[in-house]
Amino acid sequence: MRSCTAVISPPVSRQLKYPAMYRYDVIDKALVNERVAQFRDQTRRFLAGELSEDEFRHLRLRNGLYIQRHAPMLRVAIPYGLLSSGQLRTLAAIARRYDRGYGHFTTRQNIQYNWPTLETVPDILAELAAVEMHAIQTSGNCIRNTTSDHLAGVTPDELEDPRPYCEIIRQWSSFHPEFTYLPRKFKIAVTGSPKDRAASLIHDVGVHIVRGPGGEPGFEILAGGGLGRTPVIGQVVREFLPREHLLSYLEAVLRIYNREGRRDNLTKARIKILVRSMGIEEFRRRVESEWELIKDSGLRVTEAQVEHMRSFFNPPAYRSLPDSDPAAGRDTAFRAWYRYNTSEHKAPGYRVVYVSLKSPDAAPGDATDAQMELIADLADRHSFGEIRVTHTQNLLFADVEQERTFELWEALREAGLATPNIGTLTDMICCPGLDFCSLANAGSIDVAKLINERFDDYDYVYDLGELDLKMSGCMNACGHHHVGNIGILGVDKGGAEWYQITIGGAAGADASLGTVIGPSVAKADVPETLARLLDVYVERRLPEERFLDTVRRLGVQLFKDRVYAAPAAA
Amino acid sequence: MPRRLLRDGEVVIDDWRTLSETAADDDSALMLPVDQWLTDRERWIERRGPLGVILAPQYKVEILAPDLARFSLVAVEFPGPGEGRGYTQGRLLRERWLFTGELRATGAIGRDHIFFLARCGFNSFELPDREIESAAAAFSTFSAAYQPSNDAGLGAPLRHRWEPV
Repeated sequence: MRSCTAVISPPVSRQLKYPAMYRYDVIDKALVNERVAQFRDQTRRFLAGELSEDEFRHLRLRNGLYIQRHAPMLRVAIPYGLLSSGQLRTLAAIARRYDRGYGHFTTRQNIQYNWPTLETVPDILAELAAVEMHAIQTSGNCIRNTTSDHLAGVTPDELEDPRPYCEIIRQWSSFHPEFTYLPRKFKIAVTGSPKDRAASLIHDVGVHIVRGPGGEPGFEILAGGGLGRTPVIGQVVREFLPREHLLSYLEAVLRIYNREGRRDNLTKARIKILVRSMGIEEFRRRVESEWELIKDSGLRVTEAQVEHMRSFFNPPAYRSLPDSDPAAGRDTAFRAWYRYNTSEHKAPGYRVVYVSLKSPDAAPGDATDAQMELIADLADRHSFGEIRVTHTQNLLFADVEQERTFELWEALREAGLATPNIGTLTDMICCPGLDFCSLANAGSIDVAKLINERFDDYDYVYDLGELDLKMSGCMNACGHHHVGNIGILGVDKGGAEWYQITIGGAAGADASLGTVIGPSVAKADVPETLARLLDVYVERRLPEERFLDTVRRLGVQLFKDRVYAAPAAA
Repeated sequence: MPRRLLRDGEVVIDDWRTLSETAADDDSALMLPVDQWLTDRERWIERRGPLGVILAPQYKVEILAPDLARFSLVAVEFPGPGEGRGYTQGRLLRERWLFTGELRATGAIGRDHIFFLARCGFNSFELPDREIESAAAAFSTFSAAYQPSNDAGLGAPLRHRWEPV
């Protein structure tokens, strides 16, 4: 096997003041390096025949390594979606050196490589460790990467920056000795804004930053959300948890789940099934009585610890700038991009800028090594060296001076990264599908392509307004189809790829599950089916009414009647 | 062939017997499946030799709590490599019910499990023969931990982040 441990990029310099993100100390560094050594040894033993397939499977899964259709797939954690430019350059270098020159950003703010060889994975992990990254617990039945709001710290609508708590949870959940072999995977999302951009209601646990009756800091805790075969919206377990008890409460939830969750049937093993079968009251009662016994243990989160964690996420030194209108007097292409691909920032004179990974010419969420390097350079030049991954599979620059957006747009456009479609129909969430994933029943990337071809008129797409389309290649729902305003699910019908369509789903604070409109349709008929659904919307909408609200107001029947009225002209 | 195990970091010959390995009424150290213990409790209490109990994952440790002082050993079963309930059983036995006897992990466990098991209070491990000599190295897999736990099986607590300040 390969023994090269050379490091591609230099470590993120401790001297660098930016970006504002968590920096590893000696303990963090030791732990990721020890993990690399552990996995290197496990891989060696597997290749030497000392570990069976099944024994090794449990070990590699805890390092994000799946055996996929073509090759192993390696999922790398991007904790709560935050990257430095140096880290993104390393991700690019790994894509070039160990993969086929691209990576796929996922709905859980991670990146996946589809073509590494098993023998090189320990080397990849070593490269990641050198820039304070890892693939720890990115798969397997354990606590996964904690996700959050991609606008954390820069949005005017948030109560408090969730990232310090995400990092506290990341550390507590990493190598947790008791919760490494749970009944099933376990995902936590944290949000500090009433506008839930982290899809927290479809997570195993959602943590909402709130204030208590006297204004004291704390959290609302939800549990039992999830998609997959049985989609469920999370329910409130505790309305107000004082801040110091965050970890002991999570530990109590996980302990009840580890003890009581079903292990006899994989499809019934998520916490959502436990909560549903027990009922939320009984689940709450058990969690609370467990928590009473451990809340004063060593898991208390102190003021000093929170302050320490916050110090990593201090806002950068914004210049004192007036708000301006960079789009004024510019051509329509820039104006469209500015309108759709930038959003409000809490600091005057600044703007959040999205990098669309939804170009009609590429698979949704994919970026090439050259694109990643360009984005890293642009982050250094325009956004304090920081890049974020959104759960809608785009990237963003959080802190761009408004006056520099035109220059940034020109650079992005040249690289195919300025498709002006954020929040619109063609900003589709899409899993890798049958082309890469061994679980998938049907392709999703080629369907995305068909949809892009059909809906290539931007004036029409803009007229449709806010609309999210989410697509999964199978029931595992990696593409979150249940909570898409329009959801598309790939199904296998006698060996052919068919697609079941749902409408009326939503992933935010008003999360809801979509309703199936009827029998599944053939691949070639998917664009026509969407067109008919959208026709009903355009005809029946009230002024300013979103697609989602029209569906909620009218119900599904009208849409259904139109879709199945006559055969689709495929 | 006598069974070997890793106990307190050393490879030793197992001094415990199961019901199929010894007579029920002699004074050897005997470990009983928990259901046998529960159905015939009075009989086993009168037995002379040391008693241990084998805990399958579907049982709650609370059922042993009233009698825990009678046991010198609790052997927790891990029927498959993905079985995780025993980790909670171990911590609860040590931390909530203050069990101080031998806490053994048995079943589908290997050297890759024992670091976390030790952090959940386990101090003895029935391992595949091919691994048993080299397995103790796994106790130093990690030099620190992020969360408090029960490091009884490691001998000394790891340094960690969330100690009360």
